[in-house]
Amino acid sequence: MNGLSFDIAHMLAGMLVLVSFMMLYQVRLYSLLHALALHAFVLSTSVAWQAYSQNAPHLYVTAAIALCFKAIIIPWALRGMVYRLGLHREVETVVGVGMTMLAGMALVALSLEVMLPATSQADPVTREDIALALSVVLIGLLMMVTRRNAVSQVVGFMSLENGIILAAAGAQGMPLVVELSVAFSVLIAFIVIGIVLFRIRERFDTVDDDALDRVRQHPGMFGAEIADERWRRPGKIEAAIASDRRRKPGLVGSGGPHE
Amino acid sequence: MIGDFAPADLAIQGGQMTLVLGLSPLLTGLVRKVKARLQRRRGPPLLQPYRDLRRLLSKDAVLAENASWLFRAAPYLIFAVTWVAAALVPTFATGLLFSWSGDLIAITALLGSARFIQALAAMDIGTSFGGLGASREVMIASLAEPAMLMIAFTVALIVGSTQLSTIAAMLSTGDSGLRVSLALALVALVIVSVAENARIPVDNPATHLELTMVHEAMVLEYSARHLAMIEWAAYLKLLLYISLIGCMFFPFGIVDGPASPERYLGAVGLYIAKLASAGVLLAVFETSIAKMRVFRVPNFLGAALMLGLLGVLLLFVSQGM
Amino acid sequence: MILVVLSAILGLLGLALTGAVFAHNAAGRIAVYGGSLLVCTALLAAGIAALGAEPSRLVLPVGLPWIGAHVRLDSLSGCFLAVIGLGGAGASLYGIGQGRHEHDPQRVLPFYPAFLAGMAMVVIADDAFSFLFAWELMSFASWALVMAHHRAKGTAWAGFVYIVMATFSGLALLLCFGLLAGPAGGYSFDAMRAAPPAAGTEALVFALALLGAGAKAGLVPVHVWLPLAHPAAPSHVSALMSGVMTKVALYGFLRIVFELCGPPVWWFGLVVLVLGGITAVLGVLHALMEKDLKRLLAYSTVENIGIVFLGFGLALAFRANGFAVGAALALTAALFHAVNHAAFKSLLFLGAGAVLTATGERDMDRLGGLIHRMPRTAFLMLVGCIAISALPPLNGFVSEWLTFQAILLRAELPQWGLKLAIPAVGALLALAAALAAACFVRAFGIAFLGRPRSRQAADASEVDGWSFAAMAGFATLCLLGGVLPGVVIDALAPVSQALVGAHMPAQLSVPWLTTVPVEASRSSYNGLLLFGFIALSSLIAVTATHRFASRALRRGPAWDCGFPDASPATQYTATSFSQPLRRVFGTLVLRARETVEMPPPGSVAPARIHRSISDPIWDFLYAPVGRAVAFTAGLLNYLQFLTIRRYLGFVFAALVLLLASLAIWQ
Repeated sequence: MNGLSFDIAHMLAGMLVLVSFMMLYQVRLYSLLHALALHAFVLSTSVAWQAYSQNAPHLYVTAAIALCFKAIIIPWALRGMVYRLGLHREVETVVGVGMTMLAGMALVALSLEVMLPATSQADPVTREDIALALSVVLIGLLMMVTRRNAVSQVVGFMSLENGIILAAAGAQGMPLVVELSVAFSVLIAFIVIGIVLFRIRERFDTVDDDALDRVRQHPGMFGAEIADERWRRPGKIEAAIASDRRRKPGLVGSGGPHE
Repeated sequence: MIGDFAPADLAIQGGQMTLVLGLSPLLTGLVRKVKARLQRRRGPPLLQPYRDLRRLLSKDAVLAENASWLFRAAPYLIFAVTWVAAALVPTFATGLLFSWSGDLIAITALLGSARFIQALAAMDIGTSFGGLGASREVMIASLAEPAMLMIAFTVALIVGSTQLSTIAAMLSTGDSGLRVSLALALVALVIVSVAENARIPVDNPATHLELTMVHEAMVLEYSARHLAMIEWAAYLKLLLYISLIGCMFFPFGIVDGPASPERYLGAVGLYIAKLASAGVLLAVFETSIAKMRVFRVPNFLGAALMLGLLGVLLLFVSQGM
Repeated sequence: MILVVLSAILGLLGLALTGAVFAHNAAGRIAVYGGSLLVCTALLAAGIAALGAEPSRLVLPVGLPWIGAHVRLDSLSGCFLAVIGLGGAGASLYGIGQGRHEHDPQRVLPFYPAFLAGMAMVVIADDAFSFLFAWELMSFASWALVMAHHRAKGTAWAGFVYIVMATFSGLALLLCFGLLAGPAGGYSFDAMRAAPPAAGTEALVFALALLGAGAKAGLVPVHVWLPLAHPAAPSHVSALMSGVMTKVALYGFLRIVFELCGPPVWWFGLVVLVLGGITAVLGVLHALMEKDLKRLLAYSTVENIGIVFLGFGLALAFRANGFAVGAALALTAALFHAVNHAAFKSLLFLGAGAVLTATGERDMDRLGGLIHRMPRTAFLMLVGCIAISALPPLNGFVSEWLTFQAILLRAELPQWGLKLAIPAVGALLALAAALAAACFVRAFGIAFLGRPRSRQAADASEVDGWSFAAMAGFATLCLLGGVLPGVVIDALAPVSQALVGAHMPAQLSVPWLTTVPVEASRSSYNGLLLFGFIALSSLIAVTATHRFASRALRRGPAWDCGFPDASPATQYTATSFSQPLRRVFGTLVLRARETVEMPPPGSVAPARIHRSISDPIWDFLYAPVGRAVAFTAGLLNYLQFLTIRRYLGFVFAALVLLLASLAIWQ
């Protein structure tokens, strides 16, 4: 397991980390979904290579599932959902893109620092792959924490799953049953999340976290706001409620009545 | 090694210096032609940049009344520094006579000197466009230069040296294998090259709108032979970055050690082929992406810096990556 | 050799007395500055001679009766003595010329030689008492010099913060030496070398030395006095404080941590490394936000001190891991950078002083176009700006290149903290270097280029010959350091041999005078050849264009895209130039905010733009302490306004308490 195959396994795991960083960097929802598809594609390539070098044919099935569902079907369905929900294509991050990427770097350093000494007795290919897989998981979590939009949080959750599958595939011995159950649980979770998102959107006209938080704190107020806005500006309700955080001081008339 | 005076090395060094000088306008001509074709235009002829240089050199120079000696001297200094930097990058052979006088960090710093003088010359006349170009240029440079240094570190840690000749020789043998850090460094270097050469998405080299300019705003007051020197320096810089990518990441075909003249000619031919394909890829890339808002550029370059840093970190932490 | 230094110090003290007596006389000024020039040249020569020689020592009968005053001149002292001599000579030469513009010479002339004497005494002191005495003399003399322009706005606050931080540094060093002396009370350095402290004490000694010496050098977080005090002093004194006094503080750190402390622990290096990196970036970010030319230079000093500490941290880390070759490289790089900084920072401060006397302005937004009015000063300042931006072929690049080579040297360090910190700090160093170049493009471009933004800038006149000679001397040193770095590296070899037990390979024997940090196959740099190539290529370019192309030249109005504006107010100002960088870096680090107040349409009120920057270190570290002290003082203030009966009650209570404790104790 030396030389070229060593390098290719590392290269693919590194590519997965790279695509995770690309997802942190994306600001628009459609590009985020493309990045998610790329993420799953790289995952499936990596798992297929593991199948080839470990001589474990059941991993080919995992790779096929990852390719089919996570790289094609799920991003396509999410894209359709985004279109139907009419969500703003801009994803607002809690802190700027630069800070998020710095935090991502720190998480990679942390996962390397934790995993590499802890697995010093293990096979060298596996330990570095597991360290990189842990970084993918942590970056997925970071994405869930630093995004306001519920759809992008779902994307973060998906990339987290991909990291776990990479770790499991690298660890030499993941039975097919587990893979099938993992795949279907992902699917069901996706369906549930989709339904929940639709319900939220129906009820509150937004899936933005902060707007939803406001509802949680003042349940009655949101309805009053809608009524007020209807009274003051008929036809401008959508602009009023969509919590567009872009404040451009000095530009007249952008962003609605919150200025 | 240092100070050996083999006549073959002298010939290679001299040949390389004239080659880069002569080929650089052709490279830019190729990029413009391919871009035009992709936009369904005929485009200017391939040799147009040579004609542009000749035309500019024959004109009368007009200087602003309050231009100082710095403004007059700057184009020559920028050209000289960029030419020296381009002469230190191995293109078709590693046996450059003076390659030990400047390594990758020195080349990055030489390009930084050229940029320093260019920004000062922009501020010399005292117009608002000069200040605009200079302030945006230093903002871009403040992220692109550290990213370039991180890339240099990544490659240096893998090869064990910062000398470009050694890097090209060692990476062409393939002993280091496919490394994650090298892939990260390649992506980062492509981003940095796009930013440093004032290409879309960072800056539009063909714009006429002053508010979207970065590099063009710095050379707004120049004319005739001064402008010719600056334009040629810009062509050289593009060639330098593409040669750098070729020498560090695609070093196959670079002649290492003494060889027959046919071998050298073959290496030159391969180098020209690499330049041509890089030019075509650059044109395709520029056509398929839109120019970014000025304050999105730091995010773009910050990503390159992070990738470079990640590459270095991986190499510090584990020798296999 | 040491007798030369001692007589030089006595000469300086004598000059201080002369200055006190003959301050208002022009002859007195020339005597003081001329005498200082001669004495400093002697110090420079003595320092260089001491670099390769055996240490010479002496015990003087002055000082504490049971210790006497030990003095010793070894290679480390010699290196820093040479720096003192160099900086002092340049500043004195400048003072001969520009000193006549001083309004209150009696506040400057006595303290200037005393300052130099204090610094010289610090580097030759060989026991704790003389070291601390000399340290305090240095602080006091420089404080008096800072307060020289006491009527200017902000000087009183600068003096206050400076004296508080100087006292803090003296106190930290006092505690440090106390711990090193141990219960036996061996105050001489020889006794401390013979008895290195135990592990716990060693950590405490290291922390105290870092804080104490760092406070004088300008290390984050104890750097806050530097940007206040350095600009407030007269320009040649600022040059001495930035260029030389910070180096004396570095000497203190080296002496204590590398020699007296015993073998280092790896995390010493980690702490110093990380603090150095943070200092470098914070310093240059603040410099980018400043529009006062001298404050910008002061913050840039903070940045360069950070780079030097970064090198020291690497040296400590390598030495703790037994990697002496790497430690030698890192230490030599840091010392070279310290020497370079003395040269180019002195040059820049002297140039800023020339601008200040010529125009009366420190604010860059009121300068401009000085390259036409002060061409020679502008050229020398350009050399200084290129050198400090670490651009080849000048000296700043060589020391930064050597630091980068030290960072790349070995990646197989066993400690995880170092494995993660070194690449991160390397990125910080690269970022600081790029931002420094941006800072000095801004400084030179706004102050010297463009069109004059005020009447004073338009009427500026060139400096006199003495000041020009001083600046030209420093500029020549910058060039020589860049093309012949082997001379300096070989001169520093005995210092690194004494401190870490190894030195860099001999540079002057390498063909073509190339600089080879470790071995030729690894990396090399030839400043002389690069300088020659650049000169040759520009010559070829100029002659070819003038011979084969047109050489005609016409002057006309500026093009400015066809809309030329006669007012110089349309140029970029210092604040507007750094706006992109403020947005990118300042928003996070310095909490930079910009708000625009637009009046409603139809109103004739002006629109306003507010920008605010806060210093996070001041807000989180110093302001709470200041507030706590003020609060406590307010409480204790009640004691001022008690009645006589209450005071008597206090005395009575104290007496009763003492008697009661006496009773309990028995």
